[in-house]
Amino acid sequence: MNAVLQGVLAFVQTWWVELLCAVLIVLVVPLIAGYIVLVELKVMADMQARLGPMRVGPHGLLQPIADAVKLLIKEDLIPDNADQFIFWFAPVLSMTAALTSMGAIAFGPWFQVARDINIGLLFVVGVSALGPFGIVLGGWASNNHYSIIGAIRSTAQLISYETTAGFALVSGFLLAGTLKVSDIVQAQYAGHVWYVFLTPVGFFTYLIASIAETNRAPFDLPEAESELVAGYMTEYSGFRWSLYFLAEYANMIVVGAVGTTLFLGGWLRPFPHVAWLGWVDALPALLLAAVGVYCVMRAGKQPARVQAMFMWVVALLCIVVALIFGLVEVAHASNFAALQASHSFLLLRSMYPGLYGAFWFLLKVSAYIYIFMWLRFTLPRFRFDQLMRLGWHILIPLSLVNVISVGVGLALESSLGWNRWPAMILTSIATLFVGMLLIRWNDKHAAAASASIAADNSQVEDSYAG
Amino acid sequence: MNDLANTIDDRTPQRPDTLLGADELVINMGPQHPSTHGVLRVKLKLDGERVIGSECVIGYLHRGVEKIAENRSYQQFAPYVDRMDYVAAVSNGLGYCEAVEKLLMVEAPPRARVIRTILTELQRIASHLLWLGTHALDIGALTPLFYCMREREEILKIFEKYCGARLTTHAFRIGGLQYEAYDTLEKDVERFCRGFEARIQEYSDLLTGNSIWLGRTRNVGLLKAEDCIALGASGPVLRASGVKWDLRKAMPYAAYDQYKFEIPVGANGDTYDRYLVRIEEMRQSRLICLQAIENIPAGPIMARVGKVLKPPPGEVYHAIEAPKGILGYYIVSDGGTQPYRVRIRPPSFINLQALDKMIRGHLVTDVVAIIGTPDIVLGEVDR
Amino acid sequence: MLDSIVFYFFAGIAVLSAALMVTRRNAIHSAVFLITTLLSTAGIFLQLRAEFLFIGQIILYVGGIMVLFIFVIMLVRLDVPLPQIRSRARQWVACIVALVVFLEAAFIVWMSQKVPGQGLLVLRAAPAEKLPPNTEDLGKSLFGAYLLPFEIASILLLVAMIGAVVMGKKRTDAP
Repeated sequence: MNAVLQGVLAFVQTWWVELLCAVLIVLVVPLIAGYIVLVELKVMADMQARLGPMRVGPHGLLQPIADAVKLLIKEDLIPDNADQFIFWFAPVLSMTAALTSMGAIAFGPWFQVARDINIGLLFVVGVSALGPFGIVLGGWASNNHYSIIGAIRSTAQLISYETTAGFALVSGFLLAGTLKVSDIVQAQYAGHVWYVFLTPVGFFTYLIASIAETNRAPFDLPEAESELVAGYMTEYSGFRWSLYFLAEYANMIVVGAVGTTLFLGGWLRPFPHVAWLGWVDALPALLLAAVGVYCVMRAGKQPARVQAMFMWVVALLCIVVALIFGLVEVAHASNFAALQASHSFLLLRSMYPGLYGAFWFLLKVSAYIYIFMWLRFTLPRFRFDQLMRLGWHILIPLSLVNVISVGVGLALESSLGWNRWPAMILTSIATLFVGMLLIRWNDKHAAAASASIAADNSQVEDSYAG
Repeated sequence: MNDLANTIDDRTPQRPDTLLGADELVINMGPQHPSTHGVLRVKLKLDGERVIGSECVIGYLHRGVEKIAENRSYQQFAPYVDRMDYVAAVSNGLGYCEAVEKLLMVEAPPRARVIRTILTELQRIASHLLWLGTHALDIGALTPLFYCMREREEILKIFEKYCGARLTTHAFRIGGLQYEAYDTLEKDVERFCRGFEARIQEYSDLLTGNSIWLGRTRNVGLLKAEDCIALGASGPVLRASGVKWDLRKAMPYAAYDQYKFEIPVGANGDTYDRYLVRIEEMRQSRLICLQAIENIPAGPIMARVGKVLKPPPGEVYHAIEAPKGILGYYIVSDGGTQPYRVRIRPPSFINLQALDKMIRGHLVTDVVAIIGTPDIVLGEVDR
Repeated sequence: MLDSIVFYFFAGIAVLSAALMVTRRNAIHSAVFLITTLLSTAGIFLQLRAEFLFIGQIILYVGGIMVLFIFVIMLVRLDVPLPQIRSRARQWVACIVALVVFLEAAFIVWMSQKVPGQGLLVLRAAPAEKLPPNTEDLGKSLFGAYLLPFEIASILLLVAMIGAVVMGKKRTDAP
C-alpha cells in the first residue's frame, strides 16, 4: 500500500505541471466555452442592432453561469424508445474527445499536457476526429428521424471536410518539417515568418474546413434549426445537451488552436523580429489595465450591489495581472539591477514567458473564433449537395494541389537553392490559379446540375400525376 | 403513419433500387416545427434526402371565421378578418370594408381612400419585411430578420399612432375611417420612406448577390406560369412566374388609379425570383406612399352609412391585392343585419396548393426554403 | 511499474470489450464495443511509444472505418439478424476457424519459448527518452524500402473505392 502511495507521489512530483494543465483544461474549458457563448451572443447582438443579454450581471456578464445552472437543474429526460446506454454514452464521448484533444495543444510555451508527444498536432486532429461518434451515436440512439438525418449529415460532412483539413495541415507540416507543437512554433520563429504568409491557400482551406468540422454556420447542416429542429440534439435536454454544446465550443477552441499553431505563429507576438514593434510587448499589460480601468468606471453605475462588487473584483484581477506584466516588462527593459536580483522578481520573471505566450496565443485563437461568429451571422446556410460539392469539387482538389505546390516550393528551395519566399510566392500563385479554374469549372457544373434538378422535378411530377 | 403510407404509396411508382437496398423514409414536418411558419404540417416521403412525395395537413388553426360571420352584424365581423392574415391585418380590413361598401352601394370619400391606400401599402411593406426576415432565417441567414424587424417596427409605430393597435389594427370602418389622420402622419410616413430606400439596399447587399443565397434559391421551387394559373396562385408567386397580374392595376380599388407604380415580374418562377419580386414590390410600395402623402385631399372621412347596416338582398364579390396575393370576399346578403354567407378567398390557402408541385424532387433543405416562399400565414390558410 | 499498470489497464479493457462486442445482439452496441477495443489497443501502442501507430489506429480505424461502419449500420437495418448467421452449417465453420486460429496462436507462443534468446513474452519497452522518434523512421521506411507494397496497397484501395461507388449507384436502364 505504501509503495503504491509513494509511486503516486513520485508520479505527481514528476508530472505536476502536466497534471495541473490537465485539471485546468477540464475545469476551465467549460467556463471558457460558456463565455464564448456570451461573446457570441454579444457579437451577434452587435451585428443585428440589438443589445444582447443585459439582465444577469453587468452587461449580461453572469449570463453563462445562469445558463449553466438552468441546464444543470433541468429534468434529465431520456425518451422511452431511445437506446438508454448509447443515449447516455454519446454526449460523454463527444465531450471527452474534445477535451482530450486539447491535451497536445500548447497554450503558450508552458501550458501543454502532452509535451513530449512527437506526433503533436496529429494527436489533436486524430482525437478530435472521435467527436463525430458522439454525434452519430446520439442521433441514432434518440430514435428520431430528425436526429438520424442530422447524424448522417454530420458524418458525411465530417468525413469529407476532415480530408481537406488534413491536406491543409500537411502543407503546414511540410513547411515546418515536424509534427511537434513546440517545434512548429520554433520553426516559424526561426524562419521569420508565419506560415499563413507562405501558404495562404493552406490556411484558408483549413479555415473553411475547420468551420465545417465544427458544424458552424454556414456549414451547420447537422443542427440546422430551420430544417431539422436541432438535428442530432433534438431529443437531448439539460445536462446532456449542454455536454454536446460544450463539445462544440471546445472543438472551436481546438481547431482555432491548431490553426493558430500551424499558420499564425502559435504564441509568438506579431513580427517577433522587428525591433521597432517592441512596444507590442507591453500590449498585454496595457490591455488588461484598460479593461480594469473600464470596470472601475462602470462599477459605480451598477444597479445592484452584487454587480458592483463583481465589477470591482474583475477590475482588481485585471489590474493586478497587468501590474505583474508591466513590472516584469519594465524591469526587463530597464535592466534595473536591484529588482532583477530579488527573489520574487526571478519567480515572476520565470513565469512571464508562459503567461505572455498564453496571452498572444489566446488572442489569436479568439480572433479565429471571431471569424467563425462573423461568418455565422452574415451568411445563409449551404444546402447539403452544395456543401458536398464545395468539399469534394473545390476544397479537396485545391488542398491537394496546395500540398503538391508546397512540396514543389520546398524542392526548389532545397535542390535549386532558391530562397523560400520567391519559391512559395510562385507556388502559391500557381495554386490560386488552379483554384480559380476549379471554381469556374464547378460553377458551370453546378448550374448544369441545378438545371437538371429542375428538369428532373418536372419529370417526377409527371410520373406521379393523376 | 399508416394512412400516409397508403396515400403516398398509391401514387409512387417503383423506384429504381440500389444494390444496397436503401430505405425510404417518411418524416413529419410540423405542426410544431421551427420553420413551417405556424402550424402547418407537411408529411414528406424521402428517398435519402430527396422528396418524392408530400402531403399538407392543415386545419390546426381553424376557427370557423366564415361561420362566425353569419352570426355577427357587418360591423361586428370586421375585426375578425384582421385575425386571418394577422401580419397584414390592414389589407384584410380594406378588402372586407370595400366588399361591404360595394354591397351597400356606397363609396368611401376620397380622403378616406387615400389614407387607406397609404396604410395598406405600409402594411404591404411590413408583411414583405416579415416574410423576408423569416425566409432568410429559414435559409440560414440570421441577421436580416433583425434588420427587417427594425423597419417593421417603424411601420407598426405609425399604425399604433393612427389607431392604437399594432398588429390586429381594425383600422378601417365600413364607409370610410373612424379616425382622422393624426397630425404628423405625413411626416412619419415620409421619414420612413426616405430612410427605407437605403435599408432595402442593405438587404440586397446581404442577400441578392450572395452566392450561397443564389445557390439556395435559384432553380429551387420552380413554378411555371401555366401551373400558377391552373392552381389559381396569385400575388408575388404568380408574378415571379412572369404573369403581370396585379389587381391594383387590373381592377383598381381604393386610390390606386391615381398613382404611378410598376409591377415587377420574374422570369423563371423560382424562389429567387419571388424574393426579387417582393424586394421590388417594397420599393414600389414606398413610391406609392410617397406619392400619396404629397396630396391627401381634404374632406370627410366617412360616407353616409347608417348605424345599423342592412344591405339589400344580393351578393357581391370583391377582391384586392393583399401582400400575399388576391384576397377575395364573397358576401351574400338576405337583407338582414347579418351576412347570409361569407366566403373568403385566402391567397395563402391557394398559394399553398402549389407546395407539392414545388417541392417534388428537391431536398429536405429546399422544402424549408420553399415553404417560406409562397409566404403563407396559417391563420389565413385555416381561417 | 507505471508501464505495466497502463498496459494491463488497456489490455483488460480491450479483452473485455472484445468479448462484449461478440456477445451483443444489437449491432450498434457491438460497434461501440469494437470502438472501445480499438481505442484501448491504441492505448497499448502509445504505452509502447509507437506514437504514429497509436494515432494511425485512431484516425484510420476509429475515426474513419468505424464511423463508416456505424453509418452503414444505421442506414441498413441490422436489427434482425440475417438468416445466414443462424444456419447451423455456418456455426460449424465459425467454430472450426476459431479453433484453427486459437491453435495457431498457441503454437506460436509455445514455439517462442523454445527459441533461444528472447522469447515472445519477455520483450521490454525501453524508456521513452532513449527511443529515437519513430514517426520519421516510419515515414522513411514506408516511402523508401516499402514503396512498392505501399503503392500497391493504395491502388487496391482505390479500386475498392471505385467498386463501392459503382455498387452504390442507382441502377438505371439508360447507359
